[in-house]
Order: sequence, then C-alpha cells, then structure tokens
Amino acid sequence: MFKEVTIGQYYQTDSVLHRMDPRVKLIGTFAYIISLFIVNSFVGYAFAAVFLAAMILLSRVPFGYIVRGMKAIMFLLIITVIFNLILTPGRPLIQIWKITITWEGLSFAVKMAVRLIFLIIGSSLMTLTTTPNQLTDALESVMGPLGRIHVPVHEMAMMMSIALRFIPILMEETDKIMKAQIARGADFESRSLIKKIKSMVPLLVPLFISAFRRANDLAMAMEARCYRGGEGRTKMKPLVYRGSDMVAFAILAVYFAACIALRGAGY
Amino acid sequence: MALFVDDITYVYEKGTAMSVNALNHITVEIPDGQFIGLVGHTGSGKSTFVQMLNGLLAPTTGRILWNGQDIHEDGFDKKPLRAAVGLVFQYPEHQLFEADVLSDVKFGPRNLGLSEEECEKRAEEALLATGLPKEFWKASPFDLSGGQQRRAAIAGVLAMHPEVLILDEPTAGLDPKGRDEILDMVRDMKNHRKMTILLVSHSMDDVANYADRILVMNAGAIMMDGTPREVFERYRELEPIGLSAPQTVYILEYLKEHGLPVATDRLTVDEAAAEILRARKQRNV
Repeated sequence: MFKEVTIGQYYQTDSVLHRMDPRVKLIGTFAYIISLFIVNSFVGYAFAAVFLAAMILLSRVPFGYIVRGMKAIMFLLIITVIFNLILTPGRPLIQIWKITITWEGLSFAVKMAVRLIFLIIGSSLMTLTTTPNQLTDALESVMGPLGRIHVPVHEMAMMMSIALRFIPILMEETDKIMKAQIARGADFESRSLIKKIKSMVPLLVPLFISAFRRANDLAMAMEARCYRGGEGRTKMKPLVYRGSDMVAFAILAVYFAACIALRGAGY
Repeated sequence: MALFVDDITYVYEKGTAMSVNALNHITVEIPDGQFIGLVGHTGSGKSTFVQMLNGLLAPTTGRILWNGQDIHEDGFDKKPLRAAVGLVFQYPEHQLFEADVLSDVKFGPRNLGLSEEECEKRAEEALLATGLPKEFWKASPFDLSGGQQRRAAIAGVLAMHPEVLILDEPTAGLDPKGRDEILDMVRDMKNHRKMTILLVSHSMDDVANYADRILVMNAGAIMMDGTPREVFERYRELEPIGLSAPQTVYILEYLKEHGLPVATDRLTVDEAAAEILRARKQRNV
C-alpha cells in the first residue's frame, strides 16, 4: 500500500554514485542545495539541471522511479506556486476578479518550483544511492568535530539510523494492520473527514503499541550487547576516501565555482 | 459457496529491479466443508496466496471466483466477501485496539452494519466458541496473556460469521497446550458450524492431525495437492523444499528398516502407536 512512496528510499543497484563514499554524497548534496540558491537566472538553472541530469545518469536509478517519488510533494509544490503567483507585487500580467498575476510573480513562481523540484530530486538522489547506515556513518563523521563542543554526535547519529531503519518496518506493520482491519470490514477509503479520523483508531493504536514493543526489544538487545554510547567505539567498516572520491570532490568544486561565477557574471 | 482460484499469478514490485514472482499460475478449488492444510517453506507464497482469497490483494493475472463470480469485477461488493471469507492473520493479537475485549470482537460485525444487539450476540457467541473465559470479556485486551489475546483476536473474525475461515499460522509462538486448544477449536468450527477451513502452517504434525486435504506450496506454485496420506507418502520430495513428514513417519520408517514389519503411513501419534503394537504382536505370534 505504501509501495508508491519512493522518496527517501534506497534503490538497490551498482553505480559510480552507489560506490562513492557517503561523505562525498552528503557534502555534495549540501553543496548542490546551496548552489540552487546561488544561481538566480534561467541560465544558472539550466546549468544546475545539466549537472543533476548527469548525476541521475550516473546513478543508474530509473528516471521514472525518481519522478514517482515526486508525487508526494506535488501538493506542497502547487501551493507554493499558487501563493507566489498571486502574492508577488509588480507589473500586472493578467487580472481575474480581485486576483492579479504579475510578471514578477510568474517568474518567481517558476524559479521557486524549479528550485524545489531540483532540491528534492537532488536530495532523493542521495538517499536512493546511499543506504541509511552509510548515511548516518557519513553524518557522524562529517559532524565529528562538533563532539568537541559536547554535541552528542554519536547519539544523534544512532537515533537517526534507528529512526531510518524503523521506517520500512513500521510501514510494513501499518500495511499488515491495515489489511487485518480491512479483513474485519474496516473502511479506510471513506470520504467523510470524521469517519476518516475515526477509522484511524483501529490502525494507530496497534501501530503505537507495536512501535513501543519494538523500541523496548531493541533497547534490550542493545544493552545485552553492552552498548553504552559513542565513547571509544570503533567501526567495523570505517569510511576511507579513495582516489575516485577525490575526483568527485574536484568535480563538485568546479561545479560550485561555476555557479558562483555565473552569479557574479550577472546571469 | 465455493472459492475457485483460476490461474493466478502475482508479481511484487512490478517493473523495478526488485520484481519478484510471488505466485506462479495457481489453479485450485476450495469446496465447501473441507479442512485444508496449506504448507510451504518461508517465502513459498502462502501468505500472499491467502490474501488473494478475500480480495486484499488483486492477482496480477488470473481470476478468483466466489460462487462463480469474479471478485475483482467492477461493481462486486467486497464487504460481504470479507465477512464470508474470514482471514486470521499471523499474530492476530497485534490488531487488537479497543478498550475491552468485547468491543474489539464487535468491531467486525459493527462494520457489517448490524444492530447493536446482534453485534453483542455474535461477539459473545464468538468468544464462547474460542473458549476465552467470561471474566476477561470486559478486560483490556492488553492485560491478557498472549494465548488469550490470540483467542480474542480470532473471535473478532468469527463474529463476522465466515463460511470460509483462513488461519495464517494460528499457533505460532504458542506452547503445545495452547496450540492443541486452538487447533481443536478450529476443528470444532468445521464439524459443528460446517465452516470450510484453510490452515496455513509449517508444522506437518499439525496439518497431518487435522486436515482432510493438504496443499504443498513451493516457489509460488502448488507442488502437491492430495490427502495427507498421499502427500506424506512422497515425503522424500518434501525434504529438498525445506519441509518434512510428521515425526511418526520417520519413526515407523526407522522401525521398518530395522526389521519390524510396520506400515509407514500412520500420521498421528495414536495411529502410529497402534500400528507398532500390532506389528509387535504379529511378530511375537
């Protein structure tokens, strides 16, 4: 039932991006997001689009699969576009009743939409090519220096990896409970809002109970293996940069510099 | 009122790299009043298959007929089907949610739009049938023991008065006594209420003791379909797919190899014991 939600999920295949050090991908995604806010012209966006398209090709994740993940944010996107369209002051383009659409509004709305779409595709490309475990390892490593000012980096990374690990489990659980209740005649497709909320009770109560049970079991299992936080903990597979990761960093740096140059050149 | 499964296949995650053929051209008839055991190794497609039968999953190709009607045809109302084909999932106690047991059991009948008195009547009947003592009916389901919770959950399906009752591993995680009680209760359902039973299990001893007919699933296909005796005669074919015959068959095989002239197709402990005694008597004569 939740199989359509592809955003944030890992896509199993073998590609240059899949094999890349997760820290490179994390920093790269971050840099890409910043670059989207640096460029501010259609030339700049075209450049960002080319870069993104190249990354998608490199990742060997089917484009259709990525686009399917976008459905989840369609609603947010449409609202953003509408608000930008009608609420930006400037030279009027069309006037319908009391609503005025301006040239500035149109250009701003298109830019905003492009930005949002690129931002989401860019970051989902990271999650599609990086397993949750790699991602948290990368976060822990990149954020490592913050540990010196007593930020509980390891604990946060552990919480994040547990949370990410539990998403598919809880989704499966939701699916199972939903099916069990449908088998007992429950109706989850009702149109009326009140009925819809009421129909959530037979789903949410068992789901929460199972989540607590799982959390309890996990805590027990971790304690049984003497887990006691990050101090002095070593990794089975420590992250090591390879030559190809350096090449990737270089490409990223060139892309980022080009974005700044484009902005500086007035495009 | 029979179920007929007509050449169904099911593909998970169609069109992605993770695509899996969970069911491969299954055709099977489930006539009224049979007690059918469905066995298969983990991942053989049993659970997917049973979810087809009440329309929770739609087959990728093929049809499922209920009284001759295609259940995925436009305009077919699935609600009466879901009452008629009751499905008890694995660990059904994980679906309990109400404040007390009785209300939880009433959830099913209430969804069918029955009157409050009728719901109450059916819930009480169902709880009696599962043998959950009356003092627990007003208790919170979460205060019950695992075995009691399972009875309450099964009652929740029984209260919908199904004609076909499907149980997916109903004895998983229960002690031997709890297991026998649940299975005896299921047999009672068949004998006294004329229900058709489909029991999914990986315990050969369970299905040998209770079922009239056994379906063996492997890699998404039905590999054998016959009486327990027919199926377990071919027990050597079961072993490569991760299954086995009831323990009695192995004991009798061993005795036969070591010179006691026993028949090896006795599937329950009582039958096997009688056979061994008979053979010994015969030899001593």
